[in-house]
Amino acid sequence: MWMKLLLIVALAGIYTQAKEDGRGQISGEVEEARWRVAESPDAFKVRLSLKSALGDEAYTWNENELYLFRAAMAYTMRQYYMAEKGQQVNFTSENIVTSEVTPRISFFFYVTNPDAAATITKAEVEAAIRLSRGRINSAFLLSDDTLEFVGLLATLSPPAEPTVEVWLIVFGVVIGFVVLVGVFLIVSGFRNRRKRKLKMDDDDDEGKAGEEIESGGVTNSGFEEEDDRRTQL
Amino acid sequence: MGEQCVAEHNGDKPEGASSPEERPKWDNKTQYLLTCIGFAVGVGNVWRFPYLCQIYGGGAFLIPYLIALVFEGLPLLYLELAIGQRLRLGSIGVWNSISPYLGGVGVSSMVVSFLVCVFYNTLLAWVLWYFFQSFQNPLPWSQCPVNENLTGYIEECVKSTPVNYFWYRETLNISPDIEINGSLHWWIIVCLGTAWLVVYICFIRGIETIGKAVYVTATFPYLVLTIFLIRALTLPGATDGLLYLFTPKWELLQNPQMWLDASTQIFFSLSVAFGGLIAFSSYNPLHNDCQQDAVVVGCVNSATSLYASIPIFAILGFKATSNYNSCLDSNILALTNAFEIGDQNITHTNYEDWLTYLNKTDPDTVFKLDLTECDLQDFLDQSASGTGLAFIVFTEAVISMPGSQVWAVLFFIMLFSLGLSSMFGNLEGVLTPLLDLHMVPKWMPREVFTALICIVCFLMGLIFAMGSGNYWLEIFNTYVGSVPFLIIALFELFGIIFFYGTERFCKEIEFMTGKRPNLFWKVCWMCISPLLLLVVFLAYIIVQVQTTPTYPAWNPDYEHFPKTEIQPYPGWVFAICILLATVPVLPIPFVALYRLAQNITTTKQPANDTALKASVNKAYVPDVDMDLQRKL
Repeated sequence: MWMKLLLIVALAGIYTQAKEDGRGQISGEVEEARWRVAESPDAFKVRLSLKSALGDEAYTWNENELYLFRAAMAYTMRQYYMAEKGQQVNFTSENIVTSEVTPRISFFFYVTNPDAAATITKAEVEAAIRLSRGRINSAFLLSDDTLEFVGLLATLSPPAEPTVEVWLIVFGVVIGFVVLVGVFLIVSGFRNRRKRKLKMDDDDDEGKAGEEIESGGVTNSGFEEEDDRRTQL
Repeated sequence: MGEQCVAEHNGDKPEGASSPEERPKWDNKTQYLLTCIGFAVGVGNVWRFPYLCQIYGGGAFLIPYLIALVFEGLPLLYLELAIGQRLRLGSIGVWNSISPYLGGVGVSSMVVSFLVCVFYNTLLAWVLWYFFQSFQNPLPWSQCPVNENLTGYIEECVKSTPVNYFWYRETLNISPDIEINGSLHWWIIVCLGTAWLVVYICFIRGIETIGKAVYVTATFPYLVLTIFLIRALTLPGATDGLLYLFTPKWELLQNPQMWLDASTQIFFSLSVAFGGLIAFSSYNPLHNDCQQDAVVVGCVNSATSLYASIPIFAILGFKATSNYNSCLDSNILALTNAFEIGDQNITHTNYEDWLTYLNKTDPDTVFKLDLTECDLQDFLDQSASGTGLAFIVFTEAVISMPGSQVWAVLFFIMLFSLGLSSMFGNLEGVLTPLLDLHMVPKWMPREVFTALICIVCFLMGLIFAMGSGNYWLEIFNTYVGSVPFLIIALFELFGIIFFYGTERFCKEIEFMTGKRPNLFWKVCWMCISPLLLLVVFLAYIIVQVQTTPTYPAWNPDYEHFPKTEIQPYPGWVFAICILLATVPVLPIPFVALYRLAQNITTTKQPANDTALKASVNKAYVPDVDMDLQRKL
């Protein structure tokens, strides 16, 4: 009951708005009622997020921007037909039928064929958009997620290949450093040992330290030479 | 026998030199203190203590924690440092000296230290792997990889999160079940080999090289923690995390589980009963103030835990806030698109108002959107400890911080140096007893022997490089790293109280440091600490017995994936768990019985007496001094 009322009110609003604008004949053909465009099986929904993309530098969406969109889509279709089918089909902005723009800045559109009185299928439009996506985005200073074609499957970028090598490079650096330090320690250990062996051979009779009193006997580890607090016998 | 001959050789002299050599010494006291602090301060201070603080209501947890530190941790620490310094041997030699019946305590310490060495370095291997991976832009765990035909992201990653996927699939390549071993993963083996190589390099010349290495490994974590602290406090949401952490929930003090966890945390955090502390203090000069050292090490360890929990929780608060904001953003986007409201008309501040308004005007559409409930408290409650904290939660937080690579690199270097300094103690607890017992053939220099031990540990650690490795590591961590230590520490206390005598022990300490331990220490050693440990041990056993042993398995085919599937341990695995918990402590009764049998069967009574007395008196200096004088 409420839904019906809402629908009637909405329709009335759209109708009065269309009449009030007093547009020319050609534009009147192009801008049809939103719900009529949306019902077409070949319609695409477009959604723009200007504030998210540009923040304070966001431009206001008006009729001229919509015209730019139509022109861009016409360009896209022309490029597609040229590239895929080798034909020069002269799409114009009139061939792109758009619906009303919501406060969200979203609308529906479909493409008509200038030569025949038919609608271009959704699949072809999709392929065309995929071909020239970058150009369409840059016309509006937007990107793939701020200028959305709802339902268009995104082609995901292939994974960057060098990921494996980066960590191996770091690993190589670390291992190299560790091995260098290790070799240095081992070599200097050998050198010290040789030096001390020579030194020991030289002053063997000195008795190196007081600890080696009992050479060949049992060292009392609990006994400390430098300890003078123990009562001597 | 072996325990009498205490000629310690250092790495510089070849064997075969007829003169016994002096025991290695620390270059200065700073090295010794830093080594002990480094051993005590490990990864657990960063990833276990903050978690406990959080689940037990922040400020309130500090009360049982500090009580456990004062009455359980410090006395045990003091005891180990004192006997090591006095008897100047590794754990086996020390306990053999105190009483031949207690020789098994030293053997147990060594076995347990060896087992901990094997699995602890695997943690370092994982840390190294993440460290190597942090040098990429963008970080590999920040986005899901694309599947083969480039149509979408890999399903396992989409269902869970990129961070989870990177940890469970790309790092561990974990099998869905502990019985499925999977294959050996070469990248983990490479990292494990690197970790062991670094440990070996630091150990090449014993404490000579360790003493130099700890200047870096023990101090660097503090530097990184400070940097993180400064950075974390400037992040949005940090204060939420800190408030959440430190708001005391006093009612939890009635929960006995809290007291149990506080005691176990202190006990394992201080790394007593490993034998490593005994080994380190055995290289000290005889008249070193070990009481002061014990208090310093214990307090620094606890202070580090507290200090580490501040940046950790600031960052977790930041992560919770980021997640909350993303949740709100996705809801806002859904509402904006469904109701064709102007872009960015709904903000975080007026979200609630918009939601109530839209719910009133068009509840059906709102319901169809299936909005997730965004609650900051829920995000803050998502806590984790252990590897989950480091490799899942923290890595996720790091993605949202500007300059992620720098923070990731710093974090993993910090974890690595924390773990490395703990590995020093672990390995020292294995090497020193073996060297003291002269188990090393004369022709083998110390470097080669150390290398041999490292290689053996590395080969055994290959278990953890398999698909089921993480499950086995949890088993080792739970069963080896808990009950055996409690038993060993209990026997250490009993050994001092009953076999050596507390009075005699205090006299020895007075001889060493010049001041007798006061009443507090005596009371602790004789009744409070053993009682506390006994209660903790019994409570631990009771809790373990009551819970059926299960483990969380990561199974992509599980119906409730990404939740982990709780599976019980199969019979043979559980048998291994029991073996791991009991075999390391078996030497204690075996050696005691063996010595008892020796005493009974030997007919020469006087020889027995002198043998017994000699080994006991060896620790008591004046008597042996008299013997020495007589020999001269």
